[in-house]
Amino acid sequence: QKVTVEVLDHLEHLALVDFRDAEGVERLQKAIQFADQLHDVNTDGVEPMDSVLEDRCLYLRGDDVTEGNCTNELLKNAREKVEEYFVAPPGNIPLPKLEERETFLQSS
Amino acid sequence: QVSAALKEGRVTPTELCQRCLSLIKSTKFLNAYITVAEETALKQAEESEKRYRRGQPLGVLDGIPVAVKDNFNTAGIETTCASNMLKGYISPYNATVVQKLLDQGAVLLGKTNLDEFAMGSGSTDGVFGPVRNPWSYSRQYKEKSVPKSDSKAEESNWVITGGSSGGSAAAVSSFTCFAALGSDTGGSTRNPAAHCGVVGLKPTYGLISRHGLIPLVNSMDVPGILTRCVDDAAVVLGSLAGHDPKDSTTIQDNFKPFELPNLSDVSKLSIGIPKEYHAPGLSSEILALWSKAADLFKNAGAKVIEVSLPHTCYSIVCYHVLCTAEVASNMARFDGLEYGHRSDMNKSTESMYAATRREGFNDVVRGRILSGNYFLLKQNYENYFIKAQKVRRLIANDFVKVFRSGVDILLTPTTLSDAVPYMEFIKEDNRTRSAQDDILTQAANMAGLPAINVPTALSERGLPVGLQFIGRSFQEKQLLTVAKWFENQVKFPMIQLEVKRHDHDAFQHQKSASFS
Repeated sequence: QKVTVEVLDHLEHLALVDFRDAEGVERLQKAIQFADQLHDVNTDGVEPMDSVLEDRCLYLRGDDVTEGNCTNELLKNAREKVEEYFVAPPGNIPLPKLEERETFLQSS
Repeated sequence: QVSAALKEGRVTPTELCQRCLSLIKSTKFLNAYITVAEETALKQAEESEKRYRRGQPLGVLDGIPVAVKDNFNTAGIETTCASNMLKGYISPYNATVVQKLLDQGAVLLGKTNLDEFAMGSGSTDGVFGPVRNPWSYSRQYKEKSVPKSDSKAEESNWVITGGSSGGSAAAVSSFTCFAALGSDTGGSTRNPAAHCGVVGLKPTYGLISRHGLIPLVNSMDVPGILTRCVDDAAVVLGSLAGHDPKDSTTIQDNFKPFELPNLSDVSKLSIGIPKEYHAPGLSSEILALWSKAADLFKNAGAKVIEVSLPHTCYSIVCYHVLCTAEVASNMARFDGLEYGHRSDMNKSTESMYAATRREGFNDVVRGRILSGNYFLLKQNYENYFIKAQKVRRLIANDFVKVFRSGVDILLTPTTLSDAVPYMEFIKEDNRTRSAQDDILTQAANMAGLPAINVPTALSERGLPVGLQFIGRSFQEKQLLTVAKWFENQVKFPMIQLEVKRHDHDAFQHQKSASFS
C-alpha cells in the first residue's frame, strides 16, 4: 500500500524535515517495503530487547555537582544569543498547513 | 616498535610528528583528513619530547601520532561529522576516549573523514567528498589493473575505502598515523579496515565510553580502534577501556589492560563457522580464503565446526528499523539554537528548525529521519519498532546458544568482496549499499559482541581482503589472542604506496610500522 499524503505531511511535521522531491518519497516507500520482511519472523513469546546490557543494573552516582560553570564555552557555538540566553524565533506558531507550505508534497 | 624507538631516542616525538604531517600533505588526494591540527599536534609532540628527555614518558602511547574520526568531540578543534549541520562547530570538550588518548601523551594529528553522520558504507557521502583507498595507489593494485590508454581514466579508477570510518582506515593504512579512532554501529570500523588492509576492532558494547561520540544508535554504537597490527589494537584498547561515570552504559567491572600472549597451541580452541555467513553475493575469492583460514586452524589442531545462526538473514532488516528509529530521535537535537548551522528563516521556531534541518542534512540523513519517524508512529510502533526489538533478541540469542555450546570464537568473512571502484559504488544509493555491505558485520552490533577484522590476503585485483573474528562478550583478550595468532600465520603484505612528491624520510618509518 502506498503511504498517503496525510501521513507524509504528518511525518514532515514530526520530523521537521521535508521530503524535498519524489525521490525522497520513493525512498520512504522502499524503506517500508524493506522493513516489511520483519513480519516473516515468528516472534511469539519473545520479549523486545532494548539493550544488550539488560542483565545488569543501571546505577546511580551520588548527587554531587562535579562540573559546570562553562556558560561562556557553551554560548560560543550559538549564533543568536542575548546575554546568557539562546534566542529563538517566536514559538507556539505551528508549521503552515500543507496547502500553505512550500513543500513538494503539494504536487503529489 | 616505534614506541621503543622513541624510548631509545632513535627518533623524537617532534620528528615523528613532522614526518606524519608532511605525509598527510603528500597524501592529500586521499581526502582522509577533514581537519589537520598542525599547531596543537606539534605542541603535544614537544611536550612529549620533554618527557622522554626526562626519562618519564607517560606510557607506550606517549608521542604516538593518532587520528580521530570526525564524529568525536575534540576540544578547540572543529567537529563536523562531515555535515553542513556542524560545519564550524568547535567542540567545547573532549570525548572521553580522546581525553584518555591525550592523557597518555598521544599526539592528535587531526580529524578524519567519514560518511555524513556515520551513515553509509563507503565514506563517500560526506560534505567534504569521498575518501580514496590508499591501495588504489599501491604497486600491488596498479600491477593488476588493466593498463588504461590515458592517465585520466587511470585517475578515475580509484577504489573506495569502505565506511563509514573510511578516513581513519585510510589514515592508518597510508602511514600518516599509528592508530585511529573510528566508530562502529553496523560495521563502520571493520568494513573500511577490511578494504584498507588494517586491523579494525569493535569492542564489546559497554566496554568503552561513548561520552563525546556523537550518537547514531545509542544501543549499538561503540568507538572502534584501527591499527596496523593486533598488538597495537590491544595497547589502544588498554588505554581506552573501563568504566566512565559520564557514560551510564559503560559497565562498572574493573578492566585490566593486558598484553597479548604469543599463542603457540591452538588445540584447545573451538572455532565456529556460521553457515549463514555464506551470504548471497559473497565473492568466490573470499569464500576460498575463509575456507583456507578454517583449514589453517584445523591443521594447527583446533576444533573447527560448522554452526548455525539462523536469524542472520534478518539482521539487516532489523537494523534498518532500529537504526532509523534511534536516528530520528538522536538527530532531533540539531535545531540550530545551541550550536551548529542555523537558518536565516525567522518566522517561528518550527519553521526555523525545519529550514535549518533542510539546509544542514543531506538526503541520506533526512531519509533515515523520515523512515525512523514512520516506524515510530503510533499505528506502526508495535508492528515495526517493537517487532524489530523482538527480532533483535532472537539474533542475540542465536549467538548465546552457539557460545554456550562450547565454541570460543566465530570466524567469518568481513565483506562480500574487495573494494569496488568509486564509479561503480555510486551507481547504487546509500541505503541499498549499506544493506548489502553491512550484512556480515551488523549482527555483532545487534548482540553487542566484540569483533575484529584481520587483514588476510590480497585479492586478484591486488586489494586487501580481511576476515572477521567474533568473540564472547567482554572476552577481548581471548579474541585478540586468536586474532594475533592468525595474523602471524597469514603475514599480510605491506602496502607499497606510490606517492608522487614526498620526502623520502617519510617512508623510513615503514620499517617501524607498529608502535608496540
